[in-house]
Amino acid sequence: MSPESGGRRISARSQIVLFCGLVVLWCLLWGQFTVLSVVSGVVLAVVISLLFYLPAIDLSGRINIWHTAVFLVRLLVDIARASLDVAWLVIDPRYKPSSAILAIALDTRSDLIMTWTAEAISLVPGSIVVDVDRQESVLYVHVINVADDDGLEDFRASVFATEKRLVMAIGSVDDVWRVNQPNELTRSVRRGRN
Amino acid sequence: MISDDIREIITVVLVLVSALMCFAAGVGLMRFPDVLSRLHAATKPQILGLMAIAAAVAVNNATIATFALLTAIIIFQALTAPITAHMVGRAAYRSDHLRRDLLIRDELSDSVDRAEQDGAPPAPHGTPPAPRDDRPSG
Repeated sequence: MSPESGGRRISARSQIVLFCGLVVLWCLLWGQFTVLSVVSGVVLAVVISLLFYLPAIDLSGRINIWHTAVFLVRLLVDIARASLDVAWLVIDPRYKPSSAILAIALDTRSDLIMTWTAEAISLVPGSIVVDVDRQESVLYVHVINVADDDGLEDFRASVFATEKRLVMAIGSVDDVWRVNQPNELTRSVRRGRN
Repeated sequence: MISDDIREIITVVLVLVSALMCFAAGVGLMRFPDVLSRLHAATKPQILGLMAIAAAVAVNNATIATFALLTAIIIFQALTAPITAHMVGRAAYRSDHLRRDLLIRDELSDSVDRAEQDGAPPAPHGTPPAPRDDRPSG
């Protein structure tokens, strides 16, 4: 696509999606989907997007319902399982503190996917995103209760799996290609540079 | 529809799960050793607890209005809780409020060192600005 017209078209479409999101949110807050609430929602959404102008989010323009459902269900399962894990950890008398901060270089080059991945892994108890390197798409994640390198690599693999599910669901075609490549080609790992 | 008895039982189980999660968060705050670990206990299990409470409310008051409001509540909690954890965690790391002796690996400090070696000003995102001494905090 040509950079000019393509970019503008995509951001117009993104804005319509986000605009509809605002209206739906308004209806959710009122708890009713009547003509009145939709109309007042549209009016409010216009006012808000004019008054509180923010840079447009560049949605990828691609969504796969099946993969989105897979992602959400898996997220719920992960949250439930990991919450019980952390709850158990808290009362486990033999708990010995041992955690780590991992640099995880993601495949994606999209800010949005990176944000969502960070949200998703932060939502699952046991991991917190401590810092982010946006240029290199690196997340620095604090992991609780890992005892050895195997555990660390398992966790790293689970983050990549989360990212892949997310990209398959709403990522751009470019990112989908990228997550399906062998890791060494696409991730900006800078280990061994010293 | 489901009978009242079954509904009661489901509600009780959900509320208990939620209470357990809040309890775990409280104990975790006391027991875990440093800020980053405590954040895990303090911010996360409540999401499950909140979902359980919301489900309990929805089971007892199954109207579209309730579902809609609960959905909005859960979405916003799920979106904002990780941000809180991230901001606190980031501040804790930068101000050195963590027990480095409990970390079996710290790749963030590796890249901080690397950035300092390169002599370039630290990247706008991602690396703490000032060089730190590695004293154990506490």
